[in-house]
Parts: sequence; C-alpha cells; structure tokens
Amino acid sequence: MSDDRPTALTNRTALTLPGSTPLPQSSALGGWVMHLRRLATPEVIAPVVVGILFLMLWEGFVRVAQMPTYLLPGPLLVLQTLIQDWPILWPSLLVTLKITIVAFITAAVLGLLIAILFTQSKWIERSFFPYAVILQTTPIVAIAPLIIIWLRNNTFAAMIVCAWIVAFFPILSNTTLGLNSVDRNLLDLFKLYRANRWQTLIYLRLPAAMPYFLGGLRISGGLALIGAVVAEFVAGTGGQKAGLAYQILMASYNLQIPRMFAALFLITVLGVLIFITLSMISDLLLRHWHESAIRRDI
Amino acid sequence: MNDSITFSLNHISKVFANGTVALQDMHLTVHASQFISLVGPSGCGKSTVLRLVAGLSALSTGRIEWGLDSPTPSPHRAQNPQNLAFVFQESALMPWATVLDNVCLPLKLSGLSRRSAQIAAQEALHLVGLAGWDRHYPRELSGGMKMRVSIARALVTQPSLLLMDEPFGALDEITRSKLNNDLLDLWQQKRWTVLFVTHNIYEAVYLSQRVIVMAPRPGRVIADVTIDAPYPRTEAFRTSEICNQYCREVSAHLSEAMQRDRIDPSLSSVG
Repeated sequence: MSDDRPTALTNRTALTLPGSTPLPQSSALGGWVMHLRRLATPEVIAPVVVGILFLMLWEGFVRVAQMPTYLLPGPLLVLQTLIQDWPILWPSLLVTLKITIVAFITAAVLGLLIAILFTQSKWIERSFFPYAVILQTTPIVAIAPLIIIWLRNNTFAAMIVCAWIVAFFPILSNTTLGLNSVDRNLLDLFKLYRANRWQTLIYLRLPAAMPYFLGGLRISGGLALIGAVVAEFVAGTGGQKAGLAYQILMASYNLQIPRMFAALFLITVLGVLIFITLSMISDLLLRHWHESAIRRDI
Repeated sequence: MNDSITFSLNHISKVFANGTVALQDMHLTVHASQFISLVGPSGCGKSTVLRLVAGLSALSTGRIEWGLDSPTPSPHRAQNPQNLAFVFQESALMPWATVLDNVCLPLKLSGLSRRSAQIAAQEALHLVGLAGWDRHYPRELSGGMKMRVSIARALVTQPSLLLMDEPFGALDEITRSKLNNDLLDLWQQKRWTVLFVTHNIYEAVYLSQRVIVMAPRPGRVIADVTIDAPYPRTEAFRTSEICNQYCREVSAHLSEAMQRDRIDPSLSSVG
C-alpha cells in the first residue's frame, strides 16, 4: 500500500529532500525537470568539485615544476590539443565508434538468440555453454593477432570479431540466467492454459529475462569499446581506417603526448556515453515494473 | 442445489521423487456448484490435491473421474482452459504487464482476438470491483488488489471449476474478510464449483459447505465436516455460536490427528 501515496505529497518531499525523486507516474516533462533538479544534489556536486580541484592541482603542478610536455602536459594544453587536432581525432573517433557499435549489436543479437536456443533445450545448453565460457576466459590480447592474420584482407572485420568476442559472453550468460528465472507459479499458469513453447517464450520468458538482458548490455557496451581499442592496438592500421587507439600509438611514437592524452580522453568519454545511453534505455524499458528502474522516496 | 458430480478423486495418492508421501489414498466426491475447503497444517498435501486436479502434477496411484456435467469430460482435457481456473497462493501476476493485460492472458493464450479478450477482461475486473484500474501495473496495487486481479484472471475464462490455493494467506485480517465476503457473493451469482485450500479454520468454516480436514505425514483426509448453514452468510454468522461450534469441531479433528502424529513414532519419523 506504500505506493499509493498521493503525488502532491511526494512532490513536496522531493523538494525538501534533495536526492529524493518523484514517482514515475508523473508526466514525461515533469520527469525531466525533476531529472535536472536531481543533478543539483551532493551526489553530483561533490565529485564535480573534486574533479575541478584535481584539474587545478594538475595544472598548477605542471606549471610550478615546469614539466616538459612530452612527460606530462597540463589539462589546458590537452584541451587545446583536442581542439587543434579535432580534424584528425574526430574521424578516428568515428572509426572506433563504428567498430564498437557493430560488434556490440552483433553481440546483443547473437547473445539473445543463442540464450533462447539454450533455454529451448537443456542438452544444447549443457553441450555449448562451456565453450562460451572459454571464449570469455581467453585473453583477447593473446588471440587478436591470430584473428587479424586470419582476416588479413579485411582488418575492419577482424577488429569487429575481436570486440565481439569480449562483448558476447556477458549478454549470453545474463540472458540465459534471465530466461531461466521465471516465476514458477506463472510457469504453472501458462501450463494450465496450455500455452505452447512460442507463447511461453514471447509472453513469459522474454519479458522476465529483460532486466537481465539489459544488465548484460550495460556490461558489454564498455567491453566492446575495450575490445575495439585492443584490436586497433594489435592491428596498428593507419590510413583511412585509423581509430583512436592508432592515434594514441602514433602519438606515443612521435612523443606527441598532449595528443595522446586528448585521444585517451575521447575514449573515456565514449565509454561513459555508451554506459549512460544503455542505462537510460534500460530505465526507459523497465520504468513501469522493475525495481532497478523505479525511483522511490527514502 | 445441483446434485451432478463434478469430479471424484478415486483413492488417489502422490509420492514425490524423494520418497515423501504427499498424499495417501484420498477419496473425495465433489458435486457441481459446491464450495469445498481443504484445511490442514502445512505438509498435509492440500495444495498437492489442487495441483493433481489441475493436471499440473501427475498422480502416483488412483484416478480422477470427471462427471458427465463436469468441466472436463475426459482426463485428456484435464487442463481445459475454458473450464478450470487456478488462483495461486501469491497473486502470480506478470509485473511487466498492466492489470488489463494480466487478466487478458488466458484468453490471449487460447487465441481469442485482442478486442474480445479486452472486453471480457474489463467485465471480469468489474466483477471483482477493480473497474478503472486496468491501466495500472501490479506494483502499484496493494496485496488485496493484486489478489482481486488474480481472481479476475481466473474468472475471465468463465470457469465452472475454480481451484484456489491459499489465496488470501498473505493478506491482513481485514482485507481477508472483505475478500471472503466478495468471493461468496460472486460464488452465489456464478455458482462455480470451488475447491479452496486454506490453513485458516475460521475462513474454511465461514466460506464452505464442506470442510475436508487433512493431516500431514503422510498427507491424508481425517474428517469431512458438512457446514449446515444457509447463504448468504454475513458478519453475524462469522461471530455466531453455530460458526464457533463448527470451528471447534474442525479444530478438534486437527489436534487429534496431530496428537496421534506425535505419539506414533513410525509416522513422525517420516519426512
């Protein structure tokens, strides 16, 4: 019954209690306003202040100690390089992003389909799951050169395969777990009403597995990026298809350390953006029913 | 009252794979439109009876014979969705679906068009007093309301046999007695056959025409008490001397069985 509290009261609590949030029934616009207001909380302000302090200390240290830029550039120089080298870095960013996205989508689709296959037959799961684990435990750095040799005519495909290998397992493993975590009473109910395999999958197993699948996606999004970066390092491809990792590699050869920092910064931002996007998708899809996406007052 | 037989349990028993005797040699004839409660402590096999009748679990020995007028003329139709409905202990709603979609589910599974399913579901929600709640999600409802949705989902197929497995066990006393009354009202309108499992003696006596008392280790029937009181039953009946007397009688059967259970070492060592 605790959920039945009137919205007016809830809103008032949200105003007086920073960090508290409205119930999700509120309109979409109201939700976004609340979302923005939520940013002005100690949880957000504190790390931002720490970050700014850190950057100031860094800049101050570099200036006072007169560090040579090839050892440690200050944040202002990095920012300047980022703007200056944007024509080089931006296409590279797109290349890395493309590898990451293609590998990630392939991992999501295949992970979901194979997990469904696993739950249709215990024997298929028993026979193949251990090999999926092996795929996960093999270090990507160790097999990336092999994959690149095998696919030497298509480096882009090779890098996608590398990123895919890293991103695939969390989705497969999470989704399999989800598809098998269905409420027993609901399974009985479907049996009672003579639901066929297909109906049980569509109306029961897939919705029940959704939070697990989305959790897998959140892990794999970052992993796909890491896989892409590792593959680029190993491949070391230049020219038109040079990704951010290649820029880092080249910058380090040429002692262009500010550019290295700028590229590194972009990779980090990319990773964070991927995570935020996937979290938002997850919250959007689960907002009506799953505990992870339901905001409550304390 | 209709005298035709809905089904009879012919010396049925159920032994689980681990050797536990969940139910031993149960014999019971259920007439159409009867309200029968199975009451007993946990482990007495009362839920097992429902699962066996619903076809969710296989008999070890014995047979279930369906009457001519029964919802299920042949054992193969024991899971016929049109005629038999099950209400689970927890409301067992799909948390990702709205109230309306939850109630629609049985019809959707049987291939009915979305439109007719929704009309029937609205009607069922109206019956249980939840008209206007169709677009809410289960988590927005209280325990009692969730159970009402669960009952609406059972009623949407217009069943003639309703199996209820401790439906109100997790609810507070006030909600429980409200739902008891509403269930009786509905039963008097619709006249389904009801098999109602509970561990609450008062609830069993208040609702039923017959109370089957069961005891554990092994699960078995120890008494069949007919509650001879007219319907509609009101709050006055709940506190009446007749009601109390029946409760004492059922209670006496239970404690007698438990006593024997404690003394007899061959029985108490099992399970």
